[in-house]
Amino acid sequence: MDKMPRWADVALIPFINLVLALAVSALVVLYIGESPVEALQVMIRGSVGSAYGWGFTLYYATNFIFTGLGVAVAFHARMFNIGGEGQAALGGLGVAMVSLYIPWPHWSLALLGATIGAAIFGAAWAAIPAYLQAKRGSHIVITTIMFNFIASALLVYLLVNVFRVPGNMAPETARFAEGARLPNAYDVAPWLGFSRSTPLNVSFFVAVAACIGVWLMIWRTRLGYEIRAYGFSEPGAVYAGINPVRIIMISMLVSGGLSGLMAINSVMGEAERLVIDPVQGAGFVGIAVALMGRSHPVGVFLAALLFGMLYQGGAELEFEMPAVSREMLLVIQALVILFTGALDNMVRTPVARVFLSLRRERA
Amino acid sequence: MTDAQSDSAPYAIELKGISKAFGPVQANKDISIKVRKGTIHGIVGENGAGKSTLMSILYGFYKADEGEIFINGTLTPIPDSQAAIRAGIGMVHQHFKLVENFTVVENVILGAEDGALLKPSVAKARKLLTELAAEYELHVDPDAIIEDLSVGHQQRVEILKQLYREADILILDEPTGVLTPAEADQLFRILGRLKDEGKTIIMITHKLREIMDVTDTVSVMRRGEMTATVKTADSSPEELAELMVGRKVLLRVDKSPTKPGQTVLQVRDLVVHDEQKVERLKGVSFEIRAGEVLGIAGVSGNGQTELLEVLGGMIAATSGEIVLNGDSIDLTGAKSDGQSRRKRGIAHVPEDRQREGLIMNFAAWENVAFGYHHDPKYQKNRLFMDNAAMKRDTAEKMEHYDVRPPDPMLQAKNFSGGNQQKIVVAREIERNPDLLLVGQPTRGVDIGAIEFIHKQIIALRDEGKAILLVSVELDEIFSLSDRIAVMFDGRIMGERLPDETNEGELGLLMAGVTKGAA
Repeated sequence: MDKMPRWADVALIPFINLVLALAVSALVVLYIGESPVEALQVMIRGSVGSAYGWGFTLYYATNFIFTGLGVAVAFHARMFNIGGEGQAALGGLGVAMVSLYIPWPHWSLALLGATIGAAIFGAAWAAIPAYLQAKRGSHIVITTIMFNFIASALLVYLLVNVFRVPGNMAPETARFAEGARLPNAYDVAPWLGFSRSTPLNVSFFVAVAACIGVWLMIWRTRLGYEIRAYGFSEPGAVYAGINPVRIIMISMLVSGGLSGLMAINSVMGEAERLVIDPVQGAGFVGIAVALMGRSHPVGVFLAALLFGMLYQGGAELEFEMPAVSREMLLVIQALVILFTGALDNMVRTPVARVFLSLRRERA
Repeated sequence: MTDAQSDSAPYAIELKGISKAFGPVQANKDISIKVRKGTIHGIVGENGAGKSTLMSILYGFYKADEGEIFINGTLTPIPDSQAAIRAGIGMVHQHFKLVENFTVVENVILGAEDGALLKPSVAKARKLLTELAAEYELHVDPDAIIEDLSVGHQQRVEILKQLYREADILILDEPTGVLTPAEADQLFRILGRLKDEGKTIIMITHKLREIMDVTDTVSVMRRGEMTATVKTADSSPEELAELMVGRKVLLRVDKSPTKPGQTVLQVRDLVVHDEQKVERLKGVSFEIRAGEVLGIAGVSGNGQTELLEVLGGMIAATSGEIVLNGDSIDLTGAKSDGQSRRKRGIAHVPEDRQREGLIMNFAAWENVAFGYHHDPKYQKNRLFMDNAAMKRDTAEKMEHYDVRPPDPMLQAKNFSGGNQQKIVVAREIERNPDLLLVGQPTRGVDIGAIEFIHKQIIALRDEGKAILLVSVELDEIFSLSDRIAVMFDGRIMGERLPDETNEGELGLLMAGVTKGAA
């Protein structure tokens, strides 16, 4: 018998985790002398109370969907890929090169090209840690996090020495040409009330497609079957003739590729140039998103939406409540990550116990 | 000790109306037992009958929902293990709880040190160990490191640990599971001494022969209930088996004499090294013909696992030759994996179904395709697998093999051990392989399912297939094999015919003693 019904596993526990995180956050807000209720209202209104807010919320969510899916795919193979940050940065490099050096006639073709470029660069960045893990047993957590630093340094070097436009002080590439700029939500659906400068763009649809694709791959293909089998039991996989090296490589390549795709949203869809830090922590948020979403694409989508709200709502809160500083917001976001990701079992065990005793009373 | 004496002794343990439920599963239903002081009491029952739950309640791991525990006549609540230890109860677990790189004496005092300084405790323990060794024939070198000791000696350390904590009541959970026949005999002698000194022993086992040999009284459990408590001397293995399963059981497999055909598998000078470069198989040679079961007997860890793994494509061999149906097969490289072996007609029921044979978090239908997931019949098209076909196939196999509950959607971990094994056996035998590798086919499997699985193996043999059986259960080796090979230290010590040998002779071979050397 399972310990608890499925709905409790996928919905109730994340909800309790979130409430706990908000409760502790409320204490923090109280401590600085502001009203937690008001703060929550500001955050909700700011993130989903207007088309303007939705534009930012969904833009952030798009980033988190990509990095969250990346982490989730690796999780299915029991690989803890915390290199989303670096893989997404390299994805940005791929997007920039595709967008700058190829004269695209239309954005749709550019999007296709950028998608391929981002995925290849992100996957390539994951390939080295994956190879070291598969062949040499170097722990993937250590190597991927070190590759984040290398990616960051590499990007700085390239932006300063290779891509910087002569005469420009900022370490960033030139703005992409017209054919490589993605339509934003205003271009696609102006009647929804998005502003002309909303960051939400067509990459959101790519993210939704990626969710569906990941779901199909994990639960409908032989590759997904083998990845899950390997993730649950390596000796089992070897018994069944599933090659662990192959599974580690493929799952990490897919994972890195998905993280890399994040760049089409931030680099191509929003900034329209490659800047010095195109990822802005989304790689790490992806870990929390995958944990909270239980590595399921639907869960990842919902968790990404939640973190999008947190980001956008937090920015509004900072604006409307001057007492709430940037650091304070980081604390609140960190609390959500802590409760939904790291402290999951703290809630899970007691809830499972409650369900067991409920069931016994019924029996 | 005579019956007259034990009848007059007080009850060391009395359980009254113990009930315990886990969710909807009633693990123990209104169980009462009385065990007299200075006796050995056996508890038998199939897997999932509730034996372990009952003992866990007595040892304070679980709290009973209802019922009372009396120790030496006084009501003693046991909320945790500390209370159990205070009440004089000690438990020897099936899987030892020893610190592998500590010495014997360090393990014995672990958790029972007298103070912050170790030295006085160690001195005291060393003295006590010497006394106990003399008293109960529990000889172990106090300064030996645990990992250097044989399994039998490690078990003695576990018993010493309990005696050091002044346990008067010892619970042993499947104590002979990992022992050679000789080691088991030694254990029984020790238990006899402990009994003579007035200790009370409760032994959980599924081996009826042991129950007959060592216990004074025996309780049978079935589906959470205590179905009978009898004097061992007044009972028989057949009666106990029937009480356990609830119907008559064949303890031996009926099989016709073998009609061996042509040679299916030839293994020559097979050498295998493990990942630490330790030589595990040191030149093994044998052959199996069609319609024949070759049983490999031996204490676990003498190369049987590696033999199965090489043949099943799980590890690479260093040198030697494996010939299947006249063709030499790859020992290393891409063509030596499990997939290639399956294509050649080798099926494999692995020793550890929970780690290897099944993915415990997969549903039954996913497990039925496991290893054969490349089979075209499980593919919908080039991109996707045909989940519906797998589910249909699973439902069919579950019906043929009487898997309960017959629910393809249920996760493997939610089936009992016997039903898990039936899923594995169904998957492998239904491929109609030329060679079937079987490792510990009935480990942790209940009696009813054992009978069924044995019949399936013999049926495959009678169809003219070759079968390699590895088992640590000598009973199983004797009842299934047409020939028996004994492995010790990576070598085959000898081959015998089951009718022309006995447990004593095999036991010597298993310990590495050959006639010439003895």
